[in-house]
Amino acid sequence: MTDDPDFFDLVRQYAPNVINSVPYARTLGFELVDLEPGKAIAKAPYQAETIGDVETGIIHGGVVTALLDNVSGVSVIAALTEMKSTATLDLRIDYMRPAEVGRDIFAEAKCYHMTRTVAFTRAWAYHESKDRVIATASGSFALNPISNFGQTGIRRDIDG
Amino acid sequence: MGEDIFERQEKLQAYLQKTPFAEFLGFRCEVMGDEMTAILPFDEKLIGNGTIRALHGGATGAFLELTAMAQLFLLSDQQKLSKPINLTIDYLRQAKAEDLYARATVTKQGRRIANVHAEAWQSERSRPVASLSAHFLLESL
Repeated sequence: MTDDPDFFDLVRQYAPNVINSVPYARTLGFELVDLEPGKAIAKAPYQAETIGDVETGIIHGGVVTALLDNVSGVSVIAALTEMKSTATLDLRIDYMRPAEVGRDIFAEAKCYHMTRTVAFTRAWAYHESKDRVIATASGSFALNPISNFGQTGIRRDIDG
Repeated sequence: MGEDIFERQEKLQAYLQKTPFAEFLGFRCEVMGDEMTAILPFDEKLIGNGTIRALHGGATGAFLELTAMAQLFLLSDQQKLSKPINLTIDYLRQAKAEDLYARATVTKQGRRIANVHAEAWQSERSRPVASLSAHFLLESL
């Protein structure tokens, strides 16, 4: 989607901030693993604080929700051809199987279509590969001209 | 159903207290009979956008998910919080750096599956910031 390599270089430079400088993502220990035009992969580490079921030690679904939301947003930014702000419109998540205890969760997101005002994404959460998914997500994001925020600079794109 | 609503209330509070993720978020709830209002007190760690000081969509989503689970637990005879099958979150307005409230309605409780709706708001109940629609799996007892 992004055919301007210079613009994508700029995105690549700033995209990690979308995770690293976001307090909620940082507290949950999210990390950006890979970035390509229109595609992003992020990781959520297994943490004792985010367990949702003490008897099994399984991570709460809310962490998977947050990871899928975040990585989907990054995939939209990675598909942009000009600076815009992004805001999640909706996100649907289907839970396929529980995450395994003690293992990090990865999530890959693709922005597969974009209009001037809306971007559409699909995402997968898994341990090793998309063949065995924990959850899938489909989302839509509203795109707004950066001038609406009265600021310039790609940092203004950053939205949880 | 063998238990009355007060026993369910106690069970719910006990269950939430020992759930690390509920504690991590700061999730609280006030139960009045079969009605429950969930509260997510504002915390810096819930911020998703430092520039416009907005809550993270994942924090709002997780809060709505927990609210729906808690309301369903209160009204059902399940022994554990039910697992979500799927959920859709609609982000309606920007959630500000303030406390967040939510209420959930169990729309349908079948034998295997329950449908739950939830809505979160901040200063005005009539101006929701996000809503959730979810299906949960019920364990047969």
